[in-house]
Formats: sequence, C-alpha cells, structure tokens
Amino acid sequence: MNDNAPAGVAAGGGAASSPPGDQAPAPAGGSAGRRFLKSLGGGGGRGRMLGLIVALILICLVGAITAGDRFVDTANVLTILRAAAVLGVVSIGVTFVITAGGIDLSVGSVLGLASVWATTLATQRMAEDTHWLVMVFTAAAVGTAAGLVNGLIVAYGKVVSFIATLAMLIAARGLAEIISGRRTQLVTDSGFEGFFDGNFLGVPTIVWIFAIVAAIAWVLLNRTTFGRRTVAVGGNAEAARLAGINIKRHLVYVFALSGFTAGIAAVMMMGRTGAGTSTHGMLLELDAIAAVVVGGTLLIGGRGTIIGTVIGVLIFTTLENVFVLNNLSTSVQALVQGGIIVVAVLLQQRFAVRGTSP
Amino acid sequence: MTESTTWRRGVTASLAVLASAAILASCTSNAPEESEGDDGGGGDAAAAGSSNDEIGDTVTIGFSAPAADHGWMGAMTTLAQAEADEYEDIELLVAEGTNDVSLQISQIETFINNDEIDAIVVVPFDGAALTGVALEAMEAGIPVVNVDREFSDPNASRSTILGDNYGMGVSAGEYICEQVGDDSEAVIAEIAGIDSLPLTQDRSQGFEDALSDCGQEVDNRVAGDFTVQGGEQATSNLLQAAPEIDAIWNHDDDQGVGVLSAIENAGRDEFFLVGGAGSANMMRHIQEGDSVVEATVLYPASQAADGVRIARLLAQDKAMSDLVENEIPRLIQLYAPVVTGDNVDEYIDSAFES
Repeated sequence: MNDNAPAGVAAGGGAASSPPGDQAPAPAGGSAGRRFLKSLGGGGGRGRMLGLIVALILICLVGAITAGDRFVDTANVLTILRAAAVLGVVSIGVTFVITAGGIDLSVGSVLGLASVWATTLATQRMAEDTHWLVMVFTAAAVGTAAGLVNGLIVAYGKVVSFIATLAMLIAARGLAEIISGRRTQLVTDSGFEGFFDGNFLGVPTIVWIFAIVAAIAWVLLNRTTFGRRTVAVGGNAEAARLAGINIKRHLVYVFALSGFTAGIAAVMMMGRTGAGTSTHGMLLELDAIAAVVVGGTLLIGGRGTIIGTVIGVLIFTTLENVFVLNNLSTSVQALVQGGIIVVAVLLQQRFAVRGTSP
Repeated sequence: MTESTTWRRGVTASLAVLASAAILASCTSNAPEESEGDDGGGGDAAAAGSSNDEIGDTVTIGFSAPAADHGWMGAMTTLAQAEADEYEDIELLVAEGTNDVSLQISQIETFINNDEIDAIVVVPFDGAALTGVALEAMEAGIPVVNVDREFSDPNASRSTILGDNYGMGVSAGEYICEQVGDDSEAVIAEIAGIDSLPLTQDRSQGFEDALSDCGQEVDNRVAGDFTVQGGEQATSNLLQAAPEIDAIWNHDDDQGVGVLSAIENAGRDEFFLVGGAGSANMMRHIQEGDSVVEATVLYPASQAADGVRIARLLAQDKAMSDLVENEIPRLIQLYAPVVTGDNVDEYIDSAFES
C-alpha cells in the first residue's frame, strides 16, 4: 500500500503539491478536465485497469486450478460476492474521500456504531411497530451524521482529515460500546433478516445493493459536477477554489457521503451476521484503504476510480476465498496478501507508465 | 449555477431528513436487561458456606483487566465486581479496562503506591509485559493474583488462576470423537480465533491431540478473529471449501453468532457444531435443540471473580477451607467441561451474554 505513495507523488505531485501562487487556475482546470476524460476510459485509466484485471484473473486461475469445481461453483462465486459487498460499499465511500485529497479512518467504527444504533431494543421495537425500514434509516442517518461531523471538523475546524477521522474512529467505537453495553444485539425482525440475508433473482440482496451503489457512485464521480469538483478539490485545492468551488462545503459533502455508505454497509453487515455489535467493522478502514489504493485511486487525491475500487475489493475477497478453499493457514494468507498488494500496485504502475506519460 | 443550487438544496433537504431520523432514533437506547443480576454465581457458592465467608478485616483489592471489548471479557469484570459486592469486607478498586499495556502497567503502579491496597488482581492484556510491574508489587509486599493470562515469571504472582485452553480443545475433541466414532471418512472442521495468540494455539493443539486419539484429524481449518463479522466471513468461506462436514468446533461463542448466521445463510445442517467459552446465547440454542449447536466447551468467565475471592483470603491471611493446606495454592487451573443438552440447565444461569 505504501509503495504506491512515492509513485503517486512522482506521478501526480506536480499538480497537487506545487505552491498555489505559481499555477494559474486555467491550466489546473484543464488538467482536471483531462483527468475527467481519462476516467472515461482513455489513456492511463485503461492501463491501470488492465493491470488490476490481470491480477484478478491470475487469482481466479490459481483458484480454479487448485480448488477446481469448488471454486467455479455458483454458490462459491456468490459467497465471494457476498463477502465483497460490505467492504465494497465502504470502500466506494472512501474512494470519494481519498479522491478529494482526504482520508477516512473512521468508516469501520462508524459502521459498528450504526449497526449498534439500528439494533437497540428501542429501535427494533419501533421497527416492529412500523417497518424494518426504520432500522435502515437509523443506520444511514447515524452514518451520515458521523460523516458530517468528520467533514465539519476537517473543513471548518481545519483539522487534518487523518487526525479528525482517527478521533472519530476512537470515539464512534466508544459510543457504540456504551450504547450496546458491549453486548452483541441480535436482529429480531424477521422481515429485515429475510430481506437483507435473502436473495433476489438468485443473487443475494446485499450483492445487488453493492452493484447499485457502485453504479450510482460511478455516475456520481464521472458524470456529475459533484464528481468533477471532488477530483478538482483533491487535485489542486487552491486552483479549485480560484475556479469558484466552495471547497469547505464540498469536503463536508464528501465526508458525509463516506459516512452514509458506512451506514448502508452497516445494514448489509447486520443482514449478513444477524446482529449489531460494537466490534462490527473492526479494522475495516484498513481493508478499504488498501482496496481503494490497489484499485488505482491516488492516495494524495486528484484521481479516483470506482471500477478500480470494486476490482480491488474483489481481489482481496477472492484471495481470501482461494486460501480457505485450499485450507492454508492464516499466517500464509497474511504473507501473501501483503505480497499481492505490492504486486498489484507494481503491475498498475507498469501499465500506467506505458499508458500515460503525458 | 441554478442547477447546482437546486441540487444543493436537494442535498440539504435529504440531510435534514436523515438528521431528523437520527434525532428520532437518538431517543432510543437499550432498556436495561432485566435478568442480569444472578449471574455472579456468588450467591450459590457463598451459600455453600465455610468459615471463610464470615466477615473479616476489611480489605482493599485493586482490580485491573483488559478492555471489555467482547462479551466474555465484559463478564470477567462484571462478575468480579458482583463477587466483591457479595462480601461486606471487600472494597474493590476497579481500574478502567484497557488494552494499552503501558496504561495497565501504570494502573498497577498506582495500586502499589496506594497504601490502602492489600492485594491486587490482574487480568493482564499481555502477561509477559505486565510481569515486571507485578514483581514490583510482590516486592512491595502486596500479594498479586494473576488471572487468565500468565506472567512470564512465577515469582510475579502469589497465586495464579488459569482457564484451560488446551483442555478446551481436548474436551471439544473428545466430544466430537464420541459423536463421530471411528468413521475414517468423517470431515471435521475447526473455526479458530486469532491464530497469533498462544491461547488459540493451545486450544488447537488440544483439539488436534484429542482427535488423534480416536484416529481423526482436522480436515479444514479457518480463523475468525473473535468477532461476529470475522466468524461469519470465515465460516461462509469454510462451508464452500468443504461441501460435506460431520462436525465443527468453533473456538469462541462471541464469534459464534456470525458462524451460525453463515451456516443458516448457506442452508447447511448435515453437521453438528460445538461452541467454545460458553455464552448464554449458545446455551439457549443447545437448550432449544433447534439448530446445529449441540454443545459448547466452557472457559469460565468467573475466574476473575475467583481471583477476587483468593485475593481476599490472601489479604486476610486465611487458607482455602476445602483444602488441608494452610496456605493458598500457587496455581489453580479450572476445568473445561462440555455443556450439552443434558447438563445445560446447570450452566446457563452463570453464562455470559455475548
């Protein structure tokens, strides 16, 4: 993961880290525009994506060779996708934050907090009286609220996002423990369980949600003003400001979005596990950041890719599946996972250098 | 510009809706659990009666344990507290649970510097790291009772109370042996906790040894991470790895919630599941007999409560009345019984809520 940082600085540092004074707004706007064009599929974008797809195919090949039928089995593919869904939705939110030049370390804790809040006896009783959508709204609202707090502290409190969200990571976990009394709260509403742990057209509901969130996020990042602004803010904040973007307000939106996706992921996690607990989402932020960075989003901001993030998530979950199918020890898993991160990033760079070099 | 203003208004409006939902939900909280009281086991045991239960000199006991970040560890502290409340002559000073080794060390140092402290009960986050400060306490003349995670120097504690991780594995293995018999085709799976912890290695070793005594072995092994999500994730992959399973041992009932959820989602029931640690939730499943859960092996959360009692006796210069010895033993290791449908009623009242 870290190996990407120096390369990222080398590749995108020119635009991102140069002092504000010496760069006129016009060329910066142009570079944002160029990035936008690239994200549509031209140049380096495609090259990076190719490296990722090669990595994913390699892992699938290893899986198919070593585990044979058990790997290519439909049920197994759905298991991989189910495992990818929660991490995937969280990672998509984090993609926006990282693209905007920030980092969100709090997503795992916020997921835990949202899951706890949505499964308290009172919330569940309210859901029983009305509809389980109450639980969904609660989780989404808690996530969004936490994200808003992050955003306000980062944008208006001028606290570095690493620190602000680190504080949220600690605080949200603490609040989740207080609310739940450190107990695992089982989901009692069978309608909720039936929906979120169920299938639609033979595919698990949470996989559908993952797909829908990914599609909306792709449009949001690549086809809307919001997306262009996110890229511009992350690429060169000063230029974006001179171009008339309200950076502070935009940052608040981006962090709120990340909190919102963490809230949605909490609902999916509750569906998967049938419970809400303060340990939900533990260390998920690191998996998410790894997936986002492996996916090709620049850690210093200014370039983001939803498809890359989705593939990054799939690489990790497929890898874990292949390991378990082959009954390998967790130590070997950890070792190879580290290696895969390095290899994936190296592959990316190789393809990217060939593809871009402006 | 107008377009973006409308859009912004839309966002603001939807945020407002979400916020109001949050406020709505914020009126929520957990109503207190009703039947939390009697899980101390203190009532029962104290009723067993011995001269040791008579009120003696009031003693002040310092208590330090890791953060209660899962049900079992939470129960350790609450049961210890409940035990102290049973005795009028115990004043228990409970330090805030922490997973920060240096903070726990300074907690013990505070106890040492506190002249009123007569004994210290420590559940170390990391036994080796707390050994030094425990030695200091012993040298200062304060008896230390070491619970659950052992110090690296036996001189660092006056008495040590340990659960039996190896024994848990043995109990689980023996139970599965009994059920599966000598069917050499039987597929046995294991869902461990955190592999890097010695306690997980001990449990797995005991399991392996017991299974090999009846000619069985672990065919598939995964590790959760003692969390619900970890258990779910590991199990859903495990079930894909092994299309036919006869028996599964899950090391930890906290992660068992996730394990069961994955099993239900996969719609599998051709095997039976043995749990670990002994949560009330798993015991209810055993009682009802409506799931794959057949048994769980106990790892008592009441051992810190035992620690408090031992510390009291040490501070009051008493012996254990059921033993002939005039002194408290150096080491007490607890047994890991198998809880099944036959004996679950005995254990369910003292089980911890995960």
